[in-house]
Amino acid sequence: MKIGTPTEVFEGEARVAMTPDSARQLQKLGHECFVEAGAGAKAGFSDAAYKDAGVEVIKGAAALWKSVDVIAKVRPPNDTEVKRLTKGKTLISFFYPGSNEALMEAASKKGANVIAMDMVPRISRAQKMDALSSMANIAGYRAVIEAGNNFGRFFTGQVTAAGKVPPAKVLVVGAGVAGLAAIGTSTSLGAITYAFDVRPEVAEQIESMGAEFVFLEFEDSELPDGAETGGYAPPSSPEFQAKQLEKFREIAPDIDIVITTALIPNRAAPILWTKDMVEMMKPGSVIVDLAAERGGNCELTKMDEKVVTDNGVTIIGYTDFPSRMAAQSSTLYSTNIRHMMADLTPEKDGAVVHDMEDDVIRGATITFEGDVTFPPPPPKVQAIAVQKKEAPKELTPEEKREQETAAFKKQTQNQVVLLGVGAALVLGVGLIPGMPASFMQHFIVFVLSVFIGFQVIWNVAHSLHTPLMAVTNAISSIIILGALIQIGSSSLLISVLGALGIFMAAVNIFGGFLVTRRMLAMFQKS
Amino acid sequence: MENAFTIAAYVVAGILFILSLGGLSGQESAKRAVWYGIVGMAIAVLATIVGPGSGMWFISLVLIAGGAAVGYQLATKVEMTQMPELVAIMHSLVGLAAVFVGFNADIMINYIGDIYAAQDLVLGAVGDDGITAIGLPKEAYDGLSTFGQLIAKKSSVEIGILRVELVLGIWIGAVTFTGSVIAYAKLAGGSSMLPFKVDTGANQLPGGHALNAAAAVGSVILLAMYLGGSGSWTLVLLTLLALFIGYHLIMGIGGADMPVVVSMLNSYSGWAAAAIGFSLGNDLLIVVGALVGSSGAILSYIMCKAMNRSFMSVILGGWGGAAAGEQMAVEGEQVAIDADGVANALNEADSVIIIPGYGMAVAQAQQAVSELVRKLRAKGKNVRFAIHPVAGRLPGHMNVLLAEAKVPYDIVMEMDEINEDFPDTDVAIVIGSNDIVNPAAQDDPNSPIAGMPVLECWKAKQVFVSKRGQGTGYSGIENPLFFKDNTRMFYGDAKASLDALLPKID
Repeated sequence: MKIGTPTEVFEGEARVAMTPDSARQLQKLGHECFVEAGAGAKAGFSDAAYKDAGVEVIKGAAALWKSVDVIAKVRPPNDTEVKRLTKGKTLISFFYPGSNEALMEAASKKGANVIAMDMVPRISRAQKMDALSSMANIAGYRAVIEAGNNFGRFFTGQVTAAGKVPPAKVLVVGAGVAGLAAIGTSTSLGAITYAFDVRPEVAEQIESMGAEFVFLEFEDSELPDGAETGGYAPPSSPEFQAKQLEKFREIAPDIDIVITTALIPNRAAPILWTKDMVEMMKPGSVIVDLAAERGGNCELTKMDEKVVTDNGVTIIGYTDFPSRMAAQSSTLYSTNIRHMMADLTPEKDGAVVHDMEDDVIRGATITFEGDVTFPPPPPKVQAIAVQKKEAPKELTPEEKREQETAAFKKQTQNQVVLLGVGAALVLGVGLIPGMPASFMQHFIVFVLSVFIGFQVIWNVAHSLHTPLMAVTNAISSIIILGALIQIGSSSLLISVLGALGIFMAAVNIFGGFLVTRRMLAMFQKS
Repeated sequence: MENAFTIAAYVVAGILFILSLGGLSGQESAKRAVWYGIVGMAIAVLATIVGPGSGMWFISLVLIAGGAAVGYQLATKVEMTQMPELVAIMHSLVGLAAVFVGFNADIMINYIGDIYAAQDLVLGAVGDDGITAIGLPKEAYDGLSTFGQLIAKKSSVEIGILRVELVLGIWIGAVTFTGSVIAYAKLAGGSSMLPFKVDTGANQLPGGHALNAAAAVGSVILLAMYLGGSGSWTLVLLTLLALFIGYHLIMGIGGADMPVVVSMLNSYSGWAAAAIGFSLGNDLLIVVGALVGSSGAILSYIMCKAMNRSFMSVILGGWGGAAAGEQMAVEGEQVAIDADGVANALNEADSVIIIPGYGMAVAQAQQAVSELVRKLRAKGKNVRFAIHPVAGRLPGHMNVLLAEAKVPYDIVMEMDEINEDFPDTDVAIVIGSNDIVNPAAQDDPNSPIAGMPVLECWKAKQVFVSKRGQGTGYSGIENPLFFKDNTRMFYGDAKASLDALLPKID
């Protein structure tokens, strides 16, 4: 298949969906790669670098769209781009189908297959193509950097000859991927970091990143459970929200930097940092609102803008954090795309198999062969293990007893059958006409010994099987007795053979026992 | 016959032998149990030497001392990795001894027959009651050795049974002898002490199992002729056929099936001893032979069960029936990793399970593994071993190797004990094993090893496979484990790899 990446047309977008590295990997899957001239320029990938990686550089978007079968890009297509889709073409990009229905309809009418990278189900297998997470990670990092850029002091506390500097206090609201990345960046810069999330189960993750969990006292039963909503925090109750705001109000005057990341897909961002909280903050404080695209978690956020309030608090509402680190985000995003393509070409022969039975592919596909396939059915695999609610079914005492009796009965049956067959065989031997009693005496000994052997050997530990073989080897040399009896015979031949037998058996007896002892001495308990 | 004292001694020896085997149920009791075996053997041998019928006891003692010297050399020089070879070659000695003793019995029968003839009597002729043998006149009878007297008393039916028994003893002994020699040659490979070398693959003469079957049928015919009185040449021919069967049967079985072969030969050496015991009328031989025989049989059964194959399919060579359909194709790629990557993962892991296989024995890597385990355990990590029943070339082979390298036995687990723990394990390290960790056995009903119990190491968070190259295992089956997302291939000789890894563990 021919895979092509056009230049992003969205204003200010610097990312690119294919890098020279990802192109090399795509070629290993049997695909041919194309890129529009200048597509990677803003992310720091020159056309020459693409050419070196074996990518064909095409001038002009229209020509590129026409000549490829699969288009990989970052932003959702605009109207012009949708028009360029034709039947059989596959588009892979962010799409936000929940809020872009008209665009989705248009794409499906064109007969194109659209895979929305933002719809990749959040299951373990799909993590490698979870572009939302990889972008959120960058956004979280960049949010702290932007905050630092606008914050007039150190993050870390210092005691210098020129005076003492207190460390900055950072509050991260929402401990999703972006939140955790922000916590990590902030703590490694040396700030005292607090973090809040409505899901109490993430407290452990927050603390593992070095932040302090802002604890809210609340009834357990009313706490939301993230496992049921695909790993996202569910909307919380009004009482809970009130309690939460109260807590924020209490700590707001102390906080220097607030980074809010509370965002649930296809829903307006909840207001968590109100006007009065902003007013309580010290001059010079910074708020970075990562939810600005959906209205913002802060009441005063303006999308895509940096505003400074009357009391000197800077509120950053940029929505293009990943694009601000285009080289890094292009690398990660193109890898996500590459993994998606790898799943789409299971045979690695360059043939795309759009398997609608596959949970991941099905979930991400929003239009397929002229039909809108959004929203997808719930995935067969749960996003996160639901916290164990049902204990394994307790067997009632009656059922247990029944099972035991059945097992016992079966055991008895087996044993009786075996015994029956065995007894019949032994009796059969005894019934052979003319069977001398002297033979039967030895036969009894033999049968009983076999029986004892089976009883005894089953108990031997598996780890001692080699010593068992060595020791049975040694004692099977009991055949030396036969040779010893015979060696005294008057016939020379018998004596010679007997002597040889004695010698060989003696080798075995001593060798076998000695080596067993050597082995057993090695088995040491710790 | 034997006097009462000898028989009493045999009872004591028999009980000691049973205790000696029973004591192997635990590592500590085993150390005591082996002494029971030694004492039992000493009692049995001494009682026989001082008992009636055994002359030339001085020569006997010299021979025993000579055998002891050789045995001591073997037992103290052998490397633990060579245990399978040692066990195999020892089986061959038992087999050969059984053949000799059996032949002696035949010679003795003929000799007694001649004495009867000299007295104008017929060996085995019965008196008026139809059961009791007429026997020899007193003076001729007293001149015989104990064994001779035993035969001389027998009726013709008893002589017939005696002959069947000794043929069985010789036949099984001969099969054991050549089979064990071939098994030894296969296991020892290049370091074999034999003048000829045998490669480990499954090689058969043209005709395959038909040859074995023909030889077996020939043996039965010869047995009938021998019983019919055709003379001792039939016995010699029969022995040659048995030698051929042992040779050809084991030649047809590949190296990885040796655990079954060795335990099977172990079993045979026991049955041979039991059969000889019948023909000599010696109960201790019967008891011990039966114990050893059943022990080997159980081991073979356990091994076969662990490979999910029937005993016959192992013995007849090759992997069971043809697969019912296409095997699943393996997806993904094998991702290599270097020592630094493994070291990082190990430094971070809390729980580690190591799965050793024959490759560890080949590379002599057990000391390096032990050192790795010691370092990891010193850091408070939970390190354990998972042993598949057929890992290695001898039942319990891995346990002995690890014990030699001073790995404490309480962290060495059986498959059933540890298989459920893999999902909670951070790192699983596969060292030189392949088929026993093949997920295809569970996932792919068309795989030749479908249904074989395997160690589910792929359920661990991360799996490292130490392996020489990209080849397939003994069974020639592609292993999907190597292609899994959480698997990294640590290529190279196991010992060299581990030596590179060790300094990086801090």
